[in-house]
Amino acid sequence: MTATRPAIEVVGLTKSYGDHTVLDGVDLTVPEGTVYALLGPNGAGKTTIVNILSTLLAPDAGEIRVAGFDVRRDPGGVRAAIGVTGQFSAIDELLTGRENLRLMADLTHLGRAAAATAVTVLLERFDLVGAADRRAQTYSGGMKRRLDLAMTLITRPRLIFLDEPTTGLDPRSRRDLWTIVREQVADGVTVLLTTQYLEEADQLADRIGVLDGGRLVAEGTAAQLKRRVPGGHVSVQFTHAAALAAAAAAHPEATSDVDALTLQMPADGSVAGLRRVLDGLDDEGVAGLTVGSADLDDVFLALTGRAAEAPAAEEIPA
Amino acid sequence: MSTAYTVRDSATMLRRNLLHIRRYPSLSIMLVAQPIVFLLLFVYVFGGTLGAGLPGQGAGLPGQGGGGDRGDYLVFITPGILIMTVASVALGTAISTATDMTTGIIARFRTMDIARASVLTGHVLGAVLRTGFAVVVVAAFAFLLGFRSDAGPLGWLGAVALLVLIAFSLTWLTVGLGLAADSVETASNTPLFLVMLPFISSGFVPTDAMPAGLRQFAEHQPFTPMIDTLRALVTGAEPGADLWLAIGWCVLIALLGYLWSRRLFLRVPTK
Repeated sequence: MTATRPAIEVVGLTKSYGDHTVLDGVDLTVPEGTVYALLGPNGAGKTTIVNILSTLLAPDAGEIRVAGFDVRRDPGGVRAAIGVTGQFSAIDELLTGRENLRLMADLTHLGRAAAATAVTVLLERFDLVGAADRRAQTYSGGMKRRLDLAMTLITRPRLIFLDEPTTGLDPRSRRDLWTIVREQVADGVTVLLTTQYLEEADQLADRIGVLDGGRLVAEGTAAQLKRRVPGGHVSVQFTHAAALAAAAAAHPEATSDVDALTLQMPADGSVAGLRRVLDGLDDEGVAGLTVGSADLDDVFLALTGRAAEAPAAEEIPA
Repeated sequence: MSTAYTVRDSATMLRRNLLHIRRYPSLSIMLVAQPIVFLLLFVYVFGGTLGAGLPGQGAGLPGQGGGGDRGDYLVFITPGILIMTVASVALGTAISTATDMTTGIIARFRTMDIARASVLTGHVLGAVLRTGFAVVVVAAFAFLLGFRSDAGPLGWLGAVALLVLIAFSLTWLTVGLGLAADSVETASNTPLFLVMLPFISSGFVPTDAMPAGLRQFAEHQPFTPMIDTLRALVTGAEPGADLWLAIGWCVLIALLGYLWSRRLFLRVPTK
């Protein structure tokens, strides 16, 4: 594999179950050492993509290369390069945390000493030392997820698939997991993650693909996606009610809040648009103003025609 | 994937399955208890009557000959009970295989570059060891109840080898049944025929005593040559042609079970 070869190359991926089309011609390229987030509501096809790329599921059509290997012709090559942490915990609940890690180390054919060292380091890193010799079935959700990820990392994959890695985690565990992902990327690992959380894609991803109904409806950096939708606004704070009323009359498209003395007007982010808003405002009646850009919530709404099903930003501390 | 890695991965998976067996002892206890209950039931409840119906040494007509007592009946059914023990543990293998397939770690194994069939090999080797343990416990119980034999070391060695072969073949079959089952409940039902079939064989009463039709079935089903061979080996008699028939059945069942299980496990699902 050369340095210039993308970690994931997908062209024309389709998958259907009977009449139900799950993936309808997905094209995807993820350069090495970057984080790509697949963002989409439940049923958009996120997990199906991960399952196909990780050789768990056969595609109907498409050219798919992962870590330089064709998923259909050389699944062994793909498997040797990847690590997967899925939506459902892929741990052995009857084994202890230490035994689970040891199992993975043995299956990666690490030598005895190397395996023991790797197990110790990962138990430490994932804060599982105290629970190392307890059966995994006694672990909390967050501990199971940490063990799951540790089991993926002990195999030293160059490419990691994370399918909704933080679903069901408390805010603190979620941020711990984000830190771990960032550390991996700093080491040159490529990450493809799926998420329903707009915030998570914004925080982690170099590029974001918005998946809806089995199609990538938009792709780009978080900033590019935000610019694509007219979700920006200018909010003006007034000193007294009369000034607010006058401005509100001049801008019928705006939303006014009489109690807070604010007026919120849609803006497309351009200077000309901003100037139009400001024209006609009386300087002495204005206490201050803020220019806000669209957030991914607006992007999602605009691109998919509906609000994200996931809990929005208030449940995910930034 | 080299052979060395296949062996190493299979050993790793065997360790995993042995840990499972140790962590979930109630299943093993239940599987061993069942044949012991049948042994006690048949020897102490039915044994007096059934023993009297056994053909005596070189006696004439079945059901009339020299007859025997409870002790003779114990000797008569012990081979059948031992093979029922193997079948009983094999039933447990279907359950544990099906349970394992519902866990997320199997999906993880499928995304790893390991000898894929090692997941199954681990189950089979673990199950064969568990069967060995169960058979030893049940055999010890039979001795406790008064089972004695004139078999020499060669006979016992042959009996052990035959039991391992039967365990191996029934285990591959039940691994397949466990993989094919759509739920753990199904997996605990489909292999029940394996525990029932020894009743319609030469294991509990001589087949001569059965009505025509049933008798033909009993004489030709796979458990009968297995039980007859085992009985001959542990009583110091000559198994004759039954030995080859028993080995043939075992090899056939093992091969079909292996190929079926492998196919079920290795296919990349399309849905």
